[in-house]
Amino acid sequence: MEPFQQAIAERVAEQHRHHGKAQFFWVWGVLLVLTAIEVYLTYQNLQPLRMLTILMSLSLVKAALIIGFFMHMKYEVSRMKWLTMSAVAACLALMMIFFPDAFRILSVGVK
Amino acid sequence: MAEATLPHDMPAAYEPSLFGTYSKKIGMWLFLLSDSLTFGALLYAYSYGRISTPNWPTPFHSESIVNATIMTAFLLTSSLTMVLAVRAAVDKDAKAQRLWLLATMACGLGFVILHGREWSKLIAEGLTLPVFPAVPGHSASGEFVNVARTVPQFAATFFALTGLHMLHVTLGVVYLGVVALRRNFIPILLVLWLAAWLGTPAYSPFHYAAHVLLATAVVCAFILWLKPKVYDSSDVEVAGLYWHFVDLVWMFIFPLVYLMSARI
Repeated sequence: MEPFQQAIAERVAEQHRHHGKAQFFWVWGVLLVLTAIEVYLTYQNLQPLRMLTILMSLSLVKAALIIGFFMHMKYEVSRMKWLTMSAVAACLALMMIFFPDAFRILSVGVK
Repeated sequence: MAEATLPHDMPAAYEPSLFGTYSKKIGMWLFLLSDSLTFGALLYAYSYGRISTPNWPTPFHSESIVNATIMTAFLLTSSLTMVLAVRAAVDKDAKAQRLWLLATMACGLGFVILHGREWSKLIAEGLTLPVFPAVPGHSASGEFVNVARTVPQFAATFFALTGLHMLHVTLGVVYLGVVALRRNFIPILLVLWLAAWLGTPAYSPFHYAAHVLLATAVVCAFILWLKPKVYDSSDVEVAGLYWHFVDLVWMFIFPLVYLMSARI
């Protein structure tokens, strides 16, 4: 390997070795439990809006766990966390501006 | 200017990175942010269409929900095996790295096979798109024929969302195969292509979609022969980021598409 490539590989090693592997198993377990909760709630036939709120909240928790621990974001520098997550959240928020229009279309009806 | 003062055999001095990490990782994160917007736009279109359509069907019975739950478990387990592969790469344990990468690929393949079987079942029951070949012997008797006729957006959004995700998983499996096995993966990929092509009936969309594997084999062969390199822990980490992203997207597709459309 070239010295530059070796230096990068050593940098990766430094960043990963400061926590044990047990954390990964815990996160995996929590993700499976959250999935089981979601499937259990499906069988309870809740009101759609309530079900949607619960599902989206649980999905955001799962996303945070995957991004933070599996994708290692928890251990990156603050600047990277803030810039990347804010950028994608801002773009998604821009899309959501038109969401209330779906309810308007529903009340307008079909000709 | 720094280059002028250094001898020619030393790498040039670069500015420290804005994000405090190496460029390959930043590049992958930027790609993942853009891909999340692609899926975000599709999920948004699905949600908008669903809310504004009064008779949106909820046709998934318990069998489909159980199948999708097993698929979710496969992907979550594959994320675990992927981080263990990255840790093995960091610890310079080449054998463990290869084994964990192969385990991740196996979980990914399991997901794709279960998903493919589910698609075939839905298509046989009448949930189709105009581009799909007609299934012989299943004309008007399927449960989903009515769904496809009255609310065609259901089939369109279902197949578009899950199809794009399945493509991402398949390409991810190929990516991991290249990192794990390098040139030895090309013959395996060609065998997978033949198995997918010859093992599916002619009326199945997978019979034609199997050729994606041939295209990936050609592209990977180009890369592996024209730009050979030893893949190190940074390459495994970057491949891991892509794989976790694929899992992350499923964490949104599974509840929004399957759990919100259950009929139990």
